[in-house]
Amino acid sequence: MIFVTVGTELPFDRLIAVVDQWAGTSDRTDVFAQIGDSYRRPLNIHYKTFIEPADFARRFAAADVIVSHAGMGTILSALQFQKPIVVMPRRAALHEHRNDHQLATARRLAALGKITVAFDESELLQTLERLGDLKPQERIGAYASDGLITALREFIDAGQPEPRVLDTRIIAP
Amino acid sequence: MTQYETAVNPTKILALASGGGHWVQLLRMRPALAGCKVVYATTNDGYRIDVPGEAFVLIPDANRWDRIALLRSCWKILRLMLRERPDVVITTGAAPGYFAIRFGKMLRARTIWVDSVANVDELSLSGRKAGPHADLWLTQWPHLAKDGGPGFRGSVLT
Repeated sequence: MIFVTVGTELPFDRLIAVVDQWAGTSDRTDVFAQIGDSYRRPLNIHYKTFIEPADFARRFAAADVIVSHAGMGTILSALQFQKPIVVMPRRAALHEHRNDHQLATARRLAALGKITVAFDESELLQTLERLGDLKPQERIGAYASDGLITALREFIDAGQPEPRVLDTRIIAP
Repeated sequence: MTQYETAVNPTKILALASGGGHWVQLLRMRPALAGCKVVYATTNDGYRIDVPGEAFVLIPDANRWDRIALLRSCWKILRLMLRERPDVVITTGAAPGYFAIRFGKMLRARTIWVDSVANVDELSLSGRKAGPHADLWLTQWPHLAKDGGPGFRGSVLT
């Protein structure tokens, strides 16, 4: 199963159109897309505008490949669950997002070898046509780096007042 | 309540984030909140399943292009803060996180802003606005750290 998602905020017709067209010409019937609040309806793939987080998690777990906008939530989930993922970044110039941070994220994560990026429709189509070549990337853990956890922990603990002296009668009667 | 239980006074934390990547990143920091009394607040009710058994509050989403939604979010977060009175506020943004930092400061909570890892080339706008008011201001990219903040101590991408 191929799971396509554009995230909870904005539609991304340019991505969906490529996947829809590819599914039609290649007779793929196992494509499901979460397309957002879009007027353009796909013809060749299963879709919903939005899905609940529980449904999202189920479909994500069942998927062989993830196709997505360059949203960090989906990328982190793909890395954690070792799903092969191809992302196409949203472009501000095409009114797909408010700024080009997805482009910057995609470039940086591709350079780090974390994800496969299709920067435009033709690259996405090429990647879809060789979908079997897509490999899962190095797995990330369930949590942030030890450094970040420790920094947060130390900050939180620093504000904790000294523990009140326990009533020793409970411990040593 | 036994005497032992009354002696324990866990830190109360408000952990708040917009939906999507912001929320996913906040969840990846949960080990830092272990042992604390945590209230989670986010913009999608379906995320309750991510924090079973924990206090969960739904907040309205907002961004800086929708002033009505922004005002509504601001008001709801103020009421949430007055009700919960957290010792610590931690947020990954975006706009609702900005309000949480500012109100947290006013109510003498200690505040943490961790800028989203999606902000690779520059800090988020909400991060640039909220960060200087946070007691702990972190970026997740070493090349974005600066003297005077934000600092870099690691990331969720590991």
